[in-house]
Amino acid sequence: MIKGKNIYMSNLLGLARIRIIEEEIAKEYYKQEMRCPIHLSIGQEAVPVGVSKSLNFSDYIVSTHRCHAHYIAKGGSIQKLVSELYGKEDGACKGIGGSMHLYDKSINHLSSIPIVAGSIPIGVGIGYALKLKNKKNVSVVYFGDAATEEGVFFESLHFAALKKLPVIFVCEDNKYSVYTSINARQGNRNLKKIVESLNIKFIKPLNNNVHDIEKKALQARSYAISKGPVFIYSNTYRYLEHCGPNNDDDLKYRPKEEINYWLKKDPISIEIQRLKKIKRFNSNEYLEFCNSVKQEIITSFINAKKSKPFSLLKLSKLEYAK
Amino acid sequence: MPNKNNLFTDAMSDAFVQSMQKDKNVLIMGEGVTDPKAIFNTTRQALKKFGPQRVIETPVSENAMTGIQIGMSLLGKKAIFIHARVDFSLLAFDQLINNASKWHFMYGGTMNIPIVIRLIIGRGWGQGPQHSQSLESVFSHFPGLKVVVPSTAHDCKGLMISSIFDKNPVVFIEHRWLHNYSSNYSKKFYKISLNDSIGLKKKGKDLTILSSSIMLIESLKAEKILKKFGISLEILDLRVLRPLNLKKLFTSLNKTKNLLFVDNGWKSFGVGSEIFANILEKKINLKNAPVRLACKDFPTPSSHYLNKDYYVTVKDICVEACKILSVKKSTQKKIITECDKLLLKVPHDLPDLNFKGPF
Repeated sequence: MIKGKNIYMSNLLGLARIRIIEEEIAKEYYKQEMRCPIHLSIGQEAVPVGVSKSLNFSDYIVSTHRCHAHYIAKGGSIQKLVSELYGKEDGACKGIGGSMHLYDKSINHLSSIPIVAGSIPIGVGIGYALKLKNKKNVSVVYFGDAATEEGVFFESLHFAALKKLPVIFVCEDNKYSVYTSINARQGNRNLKKIVESLNIKFIKPLNNNVHDIEKKALQARSYAISKGPVFIYSNTYRYLEHCGPNNDDDLKYRPKEEINYWLKKDPISIEIQRLKKIKRFNSNEYLEFCNSVKQEIITSFINAKKSKPFSLLKLSKLEYAK
Repeated sequence: MPNKNNLFTDAMSDAFVQSMQKDKNVLIMGEGVTDPKAIFNTTRQALKKFGPQRVIETPVSENAMTGIQIGMSLLGKKAIFIHARVDFSLLAFDQLINNASKWHFMYGGTMNIPIVIRLIIGRGWGQGPQHSQSLESVFSHFPGLKVVVPSTAHDCKGLMISSIFDKNPVVFIEHRWLHNYSSNYSKKFYKISLNDSIGLKKKGKDLTILSSSIMLIESLKAEKILKKFGISLEILDLRVLRPLNLKKLFTSLNKTKNLLFVDNGWKSFGVGSEIFANILEKKINLKNAPVRLACKDFPTPSSHYLNKDYYVTVKDICVEACKILSVKKSTQKKIITECDKLLLKVPHDLPDLNFKGPF
């Protein structure tokens, strides 16, 4: 969580931090030194920042292939992220996992899994263990719209509801699975009804509105601990291609009007407008913060380039835990 | 009647109860673990002692339950998940293969998944194509998994305890027909190392037979018959497939110079293929070409009329052993007569509980 000089700014700084880090990674990517796929979170920052803000430090999260924002918002180390992209030993997974497996045990981000819906039961299992241990914490499970089409999605929600687990399911619907639109995949089925039919509370905060997402996530958290699973569903939009550093709007798989609509709903602009309205926006502090993040990420690039890769000899010894 | 307290299933039950006593994080989960049949009586004692909080009935959601088991293990729980038939575990391959097997490796060795997946192979009474697959070679393909295939009560208990306390995901595959065989095992808490792949079950000098799971019984029967005709078999039981440690096999082959491998499943790309490849790579010198016996290379038919010759029997083993060792035709005839007598005692689709060991 970002501690600004004024507490009103903290969500905005959280959004900006992710945006800047992702943009700088995109800029640096063409050099082909980060030789792994990247699924950037630009445009989708509001949900992870709002949700993370509502959590206690000791709450758990699990994530997907598009995990950078979840990881950063929970407080993951930027150096470990960047070094992982460069494939170095000081990366989050020693360069073994790559960008789609970010995790940081020290902040209770226990896994990211790129198989669609693959992390959903893992998060439920964490929730079950929390319940069995009588801990007053939650397990947050992030996933995208396509994950709700998988069988294991239903199985996992079913079990969480059956055992009334302290799990918050967070669905970020960016409308596309790679290039395929949600309409082609889901028709006009009603996800809310599916979720509610399992006796899971369904919450839909305002789109890309970090302030509202934080508020709703706080309610979700206390509900999850006292009563059982909650489902936060939020529409959002990715600005760049599914995988890679570029804009791919020339492929025309997303309608122009839709793109323009979402660019006007940018999470950072929405939050700045809100702060301006309540007269809490401090542009100097904002710019100063943005510069410091830029410095941080550039330093991380330099460090990552200098670090060593993990030893090939030690690699085969990792097959089993001893 | 077999000794009621020394059954394979009693040993399994013992392993559960003693492990759960040792560590309060050990749990049993699965469909049917609290039902009246208690997974062939293996979870009844644990349920009685530790209650439904630790012997947990689950919905029929194999894939999610495996993921949930993984998630629980990240917070220190050690869950044993039971599939009453191997075939159903295929629904959980995503979580088992994509997640559990790779977790320790892909997260740079900082986390580990101490779980047990217990699978039961069905056979006989018409269980057919989807209730009787021996898939141990499939599981053994994946780095990060350990694969255990016990044959005796003693091995079952020691290997199950080791599996529960191992830091890695262990796939524990037992054959249903082993359940009612009885053999001695210690009532104390003991482990058998998962690095000790092979158990020497009978010493011999003419031919090494390597088999696993229920095929050990057939091999031991063959050993008894051939002994009467002056043929000495060394019987090795392959009880851990991954990690595969073949030292005892190589030692045995350096003595007998002959190998017959009896597979529990199919021949193509099966366990035997891996064993033979290892022998080639090690340049082990054999007198005669090694032979693999296995199930017919097609799925198991249900009808007892159709599956009569599907599985390897004591007779197949004896016939192959005679061929390898160039046993005289007249002796071979006598051996076959003995085998036929034995096979007539029990219908082919039921376990032969007339065999009482020794193991």
